[in-house]
Amino acid sequence: MTAGVDIRGVSHRFGSHPALTGIDLTIAAGEFIVLLGPSGCGKTTLLSILGGFVQPAAGTVWINGQDMTQISPKDRPTTTMFQDYALFPHMSLLDNVGFGLRMRGQSSATRNAKAMDMLDMVGLGAKAAARPHELSGGQRQRVALARALAVDPAVLLLDEPLGALDMKLRRQMQDELKAIQRRVGTTFVHVTHDQEEAMAIADRIVVMNVGRIEDVGPPQQVYLRPATLFSASFMGEINLIPATPNGNGVDTAMGPFAVRGTAAGPQTLCFRPENVGLSGDLALGPATLIEAAFFGTHHRGLFAPLSAPDLRLTAHLPATGHPEIGTVADLFATAPTVLPA
Amino acid sequence: MRIAGYLYMAVLYGFIFLPVGVLVLFSFQEGRLPVPPFNGPSLKWYGQVLGDRDLMAALLNSLVLAMVSSAIALVLGFLAAHALARHRLPGSALMRGLLIAPMTVSYLIIALGLLTLFNRIGLGPSLWATGIGHVVINLPLCFAIAYAAMGDHHISAERAARDLGASEARVLWLISVPMLAPPLLAAYFLSVTFSWDEFIIAFLLTRFEVTLPVEIWSMLRSGLSPATNAIGSLVFLVSVVGVVAMEIFVLRKAKA
Repeated sequence: MTAGVDIRGVSHRFGSHPALTGIDLTIAAGEFIVLLGPSGCGKTTLLSILGGFVQPAAGTVWINGQDMTQISPKDRPTTTMFQDYALFPHMSLLDNVGFGLRMRGQSSATRNAKAMDMLDMVGLGAKAAARPHELSGGQRQRVALARALAVDPAVLLLDEPLGALDMKLRRQMQDELKAIQRRVGTTFVHVTHDQEEAMAIADRIVVMNVGRIEDVGPPQQVYLRPATLFSASFMGEINLIPATPNGNGVDTAMGPFAVRGTAAGPQTLCFRPENVGLSGDLALGPATLIEAAFFGTHHRGLFAPLSAPDLRLTAHLPATGHPEIGTVADLFATAPTVLPA
Repeated sequence: MRIAGYLYMAVLYGFIFLPVGVLVLFSFQEGRLPVPPFNGPSLKWYGQVLGDRDLMAALLNSLVLAMVSSAIALVLGFLAAHALARHRLPGSALMRGLLIAPMTVSYLIIALGLLTLFNRIGLGPSLWATGIGHVVINLPLCFAIAYAAMGDHHISAERAARDLGASEARVLWLISVPMLAPPLLAAYFLSVTFSWDEFIIAFLLTRFEVTLPVEIWSMLRSGLSPATNAIGSLVFLVSVVGVVAMEIFVLRKAKA
């Protein structure tokens, strides 16, 4: 099963602290949505509202065209994969995965067969009789996923499910999550604070900050053409150069550039370090390399433009080169954007 | 040092168990007084005790009373603990305090209060009244043990169960109770032991059907006899069985 989700004007507060302010978001059926933001941005609260664990102070939540705002978690077509997995320690994996089906009144034969299918799907069919404490973290993860998917929810909610895993396992689970989501076609709403994870798995990323949505779009759009400065910096390292509009483009300390912003008032010229090089759309002028460090995939170089020696530009230089401090190079930027400051 | 340690241990255990040992030893006394010198062994006092209808009725009363009143105390204590651990209620600190309060009141005061109340509402002393008294004294214990045992991982497992479609009753029965089984069983066995041994409330609140401690007390009034030692030994045996059962069913499980 799969269904779209409509969040309309949802606001919530914890005591006097506003957790969410005027959230509007439409999620298509079968979409893999990632709610991304720093801790305290409201992403987990929004997920809890979708799951029915928190009643929003204002606004409505529609799932599959039905108003679900006041419906309790047990009666919603959503299930959650919790951050701490929340497996039932006194039940075998088979009983854990079959629990939701048992609650829906299915016979033990039916639910065991379905639970076995789900365990096979996550590669744990051989361990059906084991208890959760006999498993590794990654395996518990998979059981939690199988348990949440066993009841065939319309929407699966994932609350930072990969947070406790090490880097390598996390990459592997990202791939598996994405593959399983494609296979089952369920709408996934996934919460994380890791922008690399978000880009790796999302169809669309929703960037959140202090209870508001900053940016929504496919990973490439959010990364290369962010809607706000917050979104631009949260998605990764970026050069931010203060600018003022001058009619044709913007004026900066490095001189005028023929790039336009959308709004009036103070602006910021933005471009990613990996989009700075010896050729490109926008001539930045000569700059001196003052520092460089090797990062494996690239050298991270700090440049001081000759036209504005106090400014610092970060550039990713090819890993195979040998950047020398003091070199003066003519720099160009690709895919620059201008955002309101 | 090592020898001093063992010596200390021996003295300590001797101090604890010597009285019980003497009690058990003189229950096998041949003569009519449970005092040295020891003659025997003889099982005649056990025969007399087991053949005593009043005594056996009292023993049965005590067993049933202990098991039933403890079960009620456990259910009430668990439900109260679950509610107060899960939900933010107005005045929950006060409610916790009130639930624990009977622990601080002496059994004598509780018994007098209940006696006055029961006479007033025309219930009068009976085994039922004693059972209510034992629920009063054991509920705080069951509540405290269950409340202390409830942790965050219980909360998240219960949340997951609700998310998967479980009603509140099924969350309690299929998730909370099995996850808390070791502390709940420990609370139950402790309650049974306390109720089994309890004298003051039973003494004041029973009339014709009495519990074993009350029956033993009335035997003691007619002077020392190896028969009281024999019944005391039987009581001790029941307690030992209880402790061993707890060890096997509860503590083993907790380790697994």
